Parts: sequence; C-alpha cells; structure tokens
Amino acid sequence: MGRNLYQKVWDDHVVRQLDNGQYQLFIALHLIHEVTSPQAFGMLADKKLKVAYPARTFATVDHIIPTDNQSRPLADDMAEKMIQVLSDATSEHGIEYFPPSSGAQGIVHVVGPELGLTQPGMTICCGDSHTSTHGAFGCIALGIGTSQVRDVLASQTLAMDPLKVRRITVTGKLATGVTAKDVILHIIATLGVNGGVGFAYEYAGPVIENMTMEERMTVCNMSIEGGARCGYINPDETTFEFLRGRERVPSGSDFDQALTRWKGYASDVDAEFDDEVIIDGSRIAPTVTWGVTPGQAISIEGSVPDPEAVSGLDRDLINDALGYMKLKANQPIKGTRINVAFIGSCTNGRLSDFRAVAGLLNGHRIADHVRAIAVPGSEKVDAAARAEGLPEIFEAAGFEWRLPGCSMCLAMNPDKLVGDEVCASSSNRNFQGRQGSPTGRTILMSPIMVAAAAIRGEVADAREVFGLEEIAS
Amino acid sequence: MTGIPIDKINGRAVYVAGNDIDTDRIIPARYLKCVTFDELGPALFYDVRFNEDGTSRNHVLDRPEYAGAEILISDNNFGCGSSREHAPQAIGKFGFKAIIAGSFAEIFHGNCTTLGIPCVVMAQEQRERLAQLLAQDPTLDLTIDLAARQVTCANMIFPVTMKDSVRDAFLAATYDPLDNLLTGREAIDATAERLGYA
Ligand code: SF4
Repeated sequence: MGRNLYQKVWDDHVVRQLDNGQYQLFIALHLIHEVTSPQAFGMLADKKLKVAYPARTFATVDHIIPTDNQSRPLADDMAEKMIQVLSDATSEHGIEYFPPSSGAQGIVHVVGPELGLTQPGMTICCGDSHTSTHGAFGCIALGIGTSQVRDVLASQTLAMDPLKVRRITVTGKLATGVTAKDVILHIIATLGVNGGVGFAYEYAGPVIENMTMEERMTVCNMSIEGGARCGYINPDETTFEFLRGRERVPSGSDFDQALTRWKGYASDVDAEFDDEVIIDGSRIAPTVTWGVTPGQAISIEGSVPDPEAVSGLDRDLINDALGYMKLKANQPIKGTRINVAFIGSCTNGRLSDFRAVAGLLNGHRIADHVRAIAVPGSEKVDAAARAEGLPEIFEAAGFEWRLPGCSMCLAMNPDKLVGDEVCASSSNRNFQGRQGSPTGRTILMSPIMVAAAAIRGEVADAREVFGLEEIAS
Repeated sequence: MTGIPIDKINGRAVYVAGNDIDTDRIIPARYLKCVTFDELGPALFYDVRFNEDGTSRNHVLDRPEYAGAEILISDNNFGCGSSREHAPQAIGKFGFKAIIAGSFAEIFHGNCTTLGIPCVVMAQEQRERLAQLLAQDPTLDLTIDLAARQVTCANMIFPVTMKDSVRDAFLAATYDPLDNLLTGREAIDATAERLGYA
C-alpha cells in the first residue's frame, strides 16, 4: 500500500514514540517573529536551557512593524521593545535574523519560501497559524503556540499526534477572473470552518496542478481557516523550478541530489486517504465573505443568507454575523459600500498579486471615499515590484504603496480600521475586530476583487469592472 | 516542566454561548503587545465585554453571579483562528482552570493542554442541560473528573470525552512535554544526522 506525502514526511521525522502515546517529531525548519516568540526565550531562560539547533531557526519581524516609517526607535514603545527582545535573543542564541533593511525582512511566510528556506519534505513550525502556507512546497507545516515555540527552541522537536489526511481534488478549469483565493474561500465555505479539525488537507487535481507556487501558497495559507492543522500540495516540476537558484537552495549536483529526495515525498499513486472530497473548479465564482468567519463566504453574484432558513446555533451565528456586519438577510453582497481597501498579507502579498492588480489598474482611479493601501509581503517583493514600476501604477490609481509587514491583516501596527469602517481585504481573517477597530468590518476577497471594490467604492465583480472576457454564467 | 497531576477540577462555571469563538475575540490583537503573558487576564474577551469608551456591556463574565467562576463552558470550534497562546494564557490568568465545549480548534487545544488547562468535549444536548441548570442556579458547583470522563453537577452526570493521550498526560502530570522531549537528546541528534539536518 502506498503512502501519502503526510505519512512519508511524518515517518521520516519521527524521533520516537513518547510514553503517553504521542510522537516526538523533529522540526526541520523553525521560523520565529516578534509577537509570539520573545516570551519563549524568557521561558528558556527560566529553565536555563539553550537553543538546541540554532542553525535551523530563522527570525524576522512582521506583525507589529509600521509600514510608513520603520526608523528606530519605533514610535510605539512596546513595539520597539518586542523587536529589541527578539533581536537580542537571536544574537544571544546564534539565530539568523532578518531585520528591516536587511533586504530579506518580511512576513515570515513570504520570507521562508522566497529565500528557499522552505523545501519539500520538511517539517516546518512557526508561532503563527498561517504556517500552513509552506505546505505549498510539500511540507508538513504547523502553526504552534508559544510553549511549543519553546519546545522547538529547546529540543528542535514537538510532541504530536498524527493527523488524518483528506484529499481535496479540484477538477476542471477555473473561469476567467477566478483566482486561487476564490478557490480556497469556496473550499472553506463548502467544508466549513471546522470541517478540517483533525485533518491535514492534501490539495490535488488539475486546478491545483496548474497553479503557480504563489497561487499554491494562497491556497495552503488558508487551510487553517478551514480547521485543518495544515495543508499541502505534492511537489512537482513547478515546485522544483521555483526553488532552483534560490539563495538557500543547494546548487549544482547537490541540487540534483535534493531533487531526487524531494520527488520521493509526493503521495504514491496508490496512497490511501482518510477522506476524499471533490470540488468542481469550473463552477467556482469570484468569492467574498459576508460574515465574521472565513467560511461565511458566497459568490459575488450571491445574497447574504437568511437566518430564518436555518435553526438553533446556526441561526444565532448568522444573526450575530449580520448584526455585526450591519447587513440584511437576502441582500445582494455586490454593491455593499466599502471605506478601505487593503492588498497585502501572507495570503496575497506576493509579487504576482501586485502584478495581477497593476495589470488591471491602468486608467482606473479609486473612489473618492476610499482609502487604499498596498503592502508588499517582504523587502524582496517590494524591490521586485519597484524594479517593474508597480508602485507608480498603484499610486496613480490612488493607492498608497507601503513598506513590508503584516499591516492591516491584524492591525497590530498603526494600520487600522476606524469605527465600523468596511474593508475590502486580501487577507485571511474577517473575525470581529480583526482589523484593529472593535467594530470594524472585513470582507475577504482576492486582490483583483479588492481593486475592483476600491474603484467602485463598493463590493464589485472584477470581471465587470475590468471587462474580463468570458464572463462566467 | 512536569507539573502537578490534574485529575479533578472543581468550581463554579459560566457559559459563554456561541460557535466559532475565535482567539481574536478571546484576546484582541492589540493585547499581544507584551513580552510576558502576566498581564493578560483583564483583557479576556475585552471587546465583547466593554464598549469603546470602556463602559461594561454586561457580558456574562462580568455579571456578579458568575464572579469567581473557574470553569468556562462554550460551544463548537472554540478557540479557532490565530495560534496565539495569549488566548489560553488570558483564560488561565482570568481564573479559569478548565474548559468544556462542543469541540475545540486544534492549536488552541494543544496550547491549553501544555498550560495545564484541560479541554473536555461535551455533546450539545448535555451542554444545553448543564447551561440550563447554571442559569437557574449560578452557585452550583461542577466537578470535572478526567479519569471517569464525566462532569457532575447537582447530582447529575454529564459524560465528556477527551483523547486518551491527553487525559493520561493530565493524570501523569506530563501535559507539559518539554522535560520528556529533552530526555530524547540522543535520538534527536541521530534523527538530525539521518536527515542531513545536523
Ligand atoms: S499577514 Fe496576517 S496572517 Fe499572515 S503572518 Fe501576518 S498577521 Fe499572520
């Protein structure tokens, strides 16, 4: 019987079984940042422990870094302190650190892949739930809490129970104007925000195979929003071509050797799965959220659900969401007025996202009442975008082009919604208060849909706004 | 660090209703600005407990009859979203010793376990009955018995579930795995060597 990728990577990295039945899993790559990791160094110090494998850990700052002015000391004292604690801890323990202006700083899930630190067959951890992003390369990539960050620092291992694996096959071909973001929002809306609890998701099928690495990262990024602990895609030629020549990827004959190993991790043709789901990719429309979880998503052509159509806790959930979002049952989502547009985050803050939008913005201008920001996911994304003249295109359309960071994805820096503003956002979470105001409202969508909403000043269909051909019926 | 064995949790309880209560709601992101977890208790559920001007919204956690409750009850997919350990830390610092829910998000569940906060799963019908009892009499004491996998309240028994490995870890005081992990140093190094990570 064949094995799937999850089983192969798991088997390879198991150190031993623990007395309580859990397994001790070796972690190949550990990424740390300023919000969930500094406390772990304090825990190590309490126990007088050292970092076991400092060369397997890399640090950057992303969550609280301002995107307008990053000169030190930062205006926010606490943000300054958190960055300082991280920077001191990394130098004390011999951990490589990518600070602002190093040329490599950025959102941790953008930085790992672009440097080539993320490689097929690895176990990867970070104190951030969107670590699932790295699964795009064929990895077991897990978000962990701070105590587990401590465990990995101290032992380079985690205590884990194995997950079940659900294969999600996306068949057919995506219609014009439908992106990777729409695919994952659709999957989450279909399977539910807790549909994946206990599972790793394997994404497969022609739609996934035809995706670029950046698109695959967008899909895997949001696995956690569907309740899955991680998500992955089998490595293939697209993966290997992306990695070839990257800074931290082996070169020459070492690359060929690595390639042979990487190929071996892909799920066997006769691999078994604990569950299988098939999604018809041809029927996915541009998808947007209407509520306060990423699963509360509908087609741009759709209407907000009616709580009267369901019962019990589900009804409460819809009522709660409608009340918070100030939307009415059965109202079309298209035409919902927005105040803010945000393009960025580890879901959609990579070069291809900005390229796709820039390719459409020409001749357009955002609506007068809209505030729009474009925040590159990393310094490398920023540099590449500048080399292509992308910031000028965004600025001509009325966007502000900012410095790299998480920014308005979680609004721990000064980029925040004010009052009950509505934000069309390319990020991954629309939870209540997520974007910095306790009453702020978030509508998740793809970057080109954010651009369309910014231009119209209301939730709009990018296919209509930009005259994309072959409008799906 | 190996802590103390946890087999029974006893105390009053409060029911915070709702499915999909995410960790952003449990602890809003602005409270993540800290280099230790010590101050997080008062910020628990802050934005649903207080208005923007700081006045109380009379959230169930702030009603006098539930003051001092040590067991938190909620519904499905509790703790979804961000992996922030600030969420279970805030719950613990607020004074809760255990959580009963319909289901838990995995990272949150793992974080709670490591911190010694048992998360037990109770079916909806049972939760509704329990919530009803507490609404009638908030002074009722609950006992969560991990070994017996049950909650008792007012002479009634409510079955709960918990994964064997997790339950055993609480009973054997090994819910914080670090000491155990560190004893495997040789095996760890051998694995690193085998995988070319050394
Ligand atoms: S961009 Fe958002 S989701 Fe991604 S790491 Fe930053 S805060 Fe987390």
